[in-house]
Amino acid sequence: MSERLQEHPILNILDGMDVGIIFDGRKLVAKENEMISSALFANNIQVFGKHHFDGWPQGIFCANGQCGQCLLLVDGVPRKACVTPVFEGMNIQSLDGLPRLPEDDDLPVMKEIEKEDVEVLIIGGGPAGLSVAIELGSMGVSTLIVDDKSKLGGKLFLQTHNFFGSIRDCYAGTRGMDIGKIISDEVEKFPSVSIWRDSPVVGVFSDRTVGIVKEGMYRIVKPERIVIATGAREKMLLFHGSDLPGIYGAGAFQTLVNRDLVKTSKSLFIIGGGNVGLIAAYQALQAGIEVKGIAEALPVCGGYKVHLDKLLRLGIRVFTSHTVLEARGAECLESVVISEIDNRFKPITGTEMEFRVDTLLVAVGLSPVDELAKKAEEFGLNTYNAGDAEIIAEASAAMFSGRITGRTILKEMGANVMIPGEWEKFLGVLRGKPGDVHELDTSTRERKVYPVIRCYQDIPCNPCTEVCPLRSISIRSGEISDIPEFHDKCLGCAKCVSICPGLAITLVDRGYDITGKSALVIIPWEMPDGTIAQGMEVITSGREGEIIGPARVIAIKEANWQKRRRLVALEVSMEDADKVAGIRIIKQKEGNTNVGELVRGDEYDVLCRCERVTRSEIRRLIQVGARDINDLKAFLRVGMGPCGGKTCMPLLKQLFRQEKIDLGEVTDHLERPFTQEVPLNAFLGRKEGSY
Amino acid sequence: MNEYDAIVVGAGSVGVPTSYFLAKEGFKVLCVDRHSSSGQGQNKAAIGGVRATHSDPAKIKICQESLDIFSSWEDKTGFDIGWKKGGYCFPVYRDKERNILKSILPIQKKFSLNIDWVDEDKIKDRIPGINPRGLMGGTFSPDDGQVSPLLAIAGFTSEAKRLRTEFKYNETVKDVMIEGSRIKGLRTNSGEYHADVVVNAAGARATEICSMAGLDIPVIPDSHEAGITSPVKPFLDPLVVDLRPGAEDRTANFYFGQVRSGQVIFCYTPIKPMVGEDRRCTSEFMPIIAKRLTDLIPRFKNLLVRRLWRGLYPMTPDGVPVLGKSEKVDGFYMAVGMCGQGFMLGPGIGRNMAELIAHGKPLLDRDIFEKLSPERDFYRERKEMLK
Repeated sequence: MSERLQEHPILNILDGMDVGIIFDGRKLVAKENEMISSALFANNIQVFGKHHFDGWPQGIFCANGQCGQCLLLVDGVPRKACVTPVFEGMNIQSLDGLPRLPEDDDLPVMKEIEKEDVEVLIIGGGPAGLSVAIELGSMGVSTLIVDDKSKLGGKLFLQTHNFFGSIRDCYAGTRGMDIGKIISDEVEKFPSVSIWRDSPVVGVFSDRTVGIVKEGMYRIVKPERIVIATGAREKMLLFHGSDLPGIYGAGAFQTLVNRDLVKTSKSLFIIGGGNVGLIAAYQALQAGIEVKGIAEALPVCGGYKVHLDKLLRLGIRVFTSHTVLEARGAECLESVVISEIDNRFKPITGTEMEFRVDTLLVAVGLSPVDELAKKAEEFGLNTYNAGDAEIIAEASAAMFSGRITGRTILKEMGANVMIPGEWEKFLGVLRGKPGDVHELDTSTRERKVYPVIRCYQDIPCNPCTEVCPLRSISIRSGEISDIPEFHDKCLGCAKCVSICPGLAITLVDRGYDITGKSALVIIPWEMPDGTIAQGMEVITSGREGEIIGPARVIAIKEANWQKRRRLVALEVSMEDADKVAGIRIIKQKEGNTNVGELVRGDEYDVLCRCERVTRSEIRRLIQVGARDINDLKAFLRVGMGPCGGKTCMPLLKQLFRQEKIDLGEVTDHLERPFTQEVPLNAFLGRKEGSY
Repeated sequence: MNEYDAIVVGAGSVGVPTSYFLAKEGFKVLCVDRHSSSGQGQNKAAIGGVRATHSDPAKIKICQESLDIFSSWEDKTGFDIGWKKGGYCFPVYRDKERNILKSILPIQKKFSLNIDWVDEDKIKDRIPGINPRGLMGGTFSPDDGQVSPLLAIAGFTSEAKRLRTEFKYNETVKDVMIEGSRIKGLRTNSGEYHADVVVNAAGARATEICSMAGLDIPVIPDSHEAGITSPVKPFLDPLVVDLRPGAEDRTANFYFGQVRSGQVIFCYTPIKPMVGEDRRCTSEFMPIIAKRLTDLIPRFKNLLVRRLWRGLYPMTPDGVPVLGKSEKVDGFYMAVGMCGQGFMLGPGIGRNMAELIAHGKPLLDRDIFEKLSPERDFYRERKEMLK
């Protein structure tokens, strides 16, 4: 059975060319140019190999070329499944243990590695890097922008939701994927900007040069100025079984689903109630994947309230003050056990629940990808940061910070450009955490047709105010992070309903039924076709998901000027009209409270996935006095695998803290090139094969 | 408090084994290092090759000792240090290297080293995939091998601690204390420690420590870069040294091997030494070494390169280490100037130094040991041929 998205409410399903590939002798059908990992997922294969130390199943983890978890053999040569595109006839083998070095004794023709000087090198073609490039390109500055993917735009292409912020400053109200297209198209127009795609930067060197693997070939670039716009990577959580295939980051999930259109799962659970986790849950539903629940360790979810509310309305269960105790499964994830935790984050016995899921998404925060920045600064390169590589925030903030960084560079180069004082201030607002939650104005309206705005938390967002033709919605204090107010004039155009990034506005029409018994409520809708249908009886939900009552779907129509959002007209009883905020589509199922024996101790909890080092092994050394991470590396090889500590170092530091050791006493590990493994043939100055 | 029988300066490839063997002699030992744990200087930069097949008699004897210690370590302590007896192989393509290698065979055999000239086919067996064009044969010494420097230092540190050696990390030696002509101890940035014996095993910082004792011992570090690949199934037994200079005019020779856990580890000797203590990676290294590796073993092109680093070679003017006691400062001993071979020499030196300190004479024959004396003339002709 093929596990590809057949339809999607937001994404275009392009039916790519079929290509035939072979995996462990089996013929499979893949889509031209897709990554091996996605081709395998689409064919229901999630285990790509077995670890050479202990045979533990290996599968997708970062989906971003950063770790080595998905290594397998392509025509006998080890390759990362997540960054290697398929081709017709590709012969793939799972990796059981260490790869054998192919006995290919052809002596290649070798050439000098090309070196080049550039004025400005931008590392990362995501929202921040592209925004820098636009500023520089528009002034004709010679710029090289490099990105490790085949397409510019970075994670914008995974963002199917409408962006928050302001329309003028950061394309608010437009979907991230569409913004990605707009700004990458713009960058491509500048003659002074060169673009290297499929070109991961793998090291910064003391001779102030940067090593880049351009389409498989190593190049050395010496920049006058370097912009680090490398974004963020996902943090991991350590629990028993957290190394099972089927457990990965929400970002990896977005890559597989939204970029590669693979239906990764039948049923999943999410840990982490920040924006990333909340958005991933919504996107899972859009892809037709069941979401059994979200667990959040804190008493309140940290993400935007509007993101949370829209999930609650659909019926997704959110378990605050809960954590994952263990993941279970023989070869792949089969179930997760969660439990309530007390205010000191200790699990409360007796509150355990088990959910049968094939996927667990970890969305417990991001950390800046800053290893290149650190080296660039250490080696005295003229270094600038932009976006998440500097401070983790929304992509809208990344774009805005990119513009400021771009202008900063221009100024330093002597160009006559201005950075308005309010830009810095606005950037601060965009980067801010969601603010206070206010009481909602629930006073009844005198009007027949009016919007109900359920936006009651301070977040920087204003598209509703800009689209209202009567200018009848405004931000209360004028500060963009304040909440919007309706001023009693309404044409019933529903533009506010269709643009609100939080799906927090409905339109009420009390004049719909002349008997006055029922009213019409227009709600925004982005779920797959067939979830609801015209004429169907549905159960409505209120602002925070509470059940309101029955309703009938009168019409489903496209919001004609806002791409890919639908408006659903519901007939509801008159007294419910202001309360109805959404439709409950999920039948909530209780978890299994009879969870059986839990694993005690952490003898098998793998902290370093690459080298299979357990938490208990490390803890023992810490307890006998180890305070130097380099010493732990020497003893246990923790952090010495292909990912170079990207995943385990934060977990290791957490372990020191758990052992009540001040991190000030702990010597950090030394980071060295390369930031990801590079095939030796990349250094030979020749073009190698088709990948 | 702070009274010891001996203080060793440097918790590295030489200092830790020296501390361990002194502790085995019953000494109460303090080992001081400015880093946060053992082996954080040049030890971790070593590629881990251990061979007795040198041309200098002292180094031959010391490394025979080291090989004995490394190879039996796991049996004796239960701690696996990654020992692999794969031998050393010097493949030869030119008359020049053949003549050098053949010329030192007699002295190597005199010290009963298991080494011989082998023909081309034997080399091809030892080094699968080696470029056969112009291959003339080479030397092979099956009793040499490889050890993980990281695990070895961890093992020596653990055993030394078990024998009550104290390790003081994050302490930089500021001064040594001398009364009359006797050493009395040393001062660090955070304390004062007393002992009648101080051993300078400070690696790249050796000269600085010696000058605190009023001694002028020329140890000048230069550096080599090295790298390691991700692991592949074991296919290469020996550590391989190609003595030819590179066509690119940058490399004097290069060497590599596959460690027991499967990674290929590699390094070259630059023609123009990179003098100084800079240990930051350069962009130059990888393109050069990649071509040399591939040229010698074309199938290496499919390896994945994981990590690069740079380590210091504390060099002496005549290319041999400085070992022994000071004639001027009683109780001050030196085990420095390892010229990039501190890891393989370390255990043998440790045992010899402990013998010397505890019993007044080293294990080595006196006349061989004397050649390494700190009192020697450092500016005689360079004598080590197999750097």
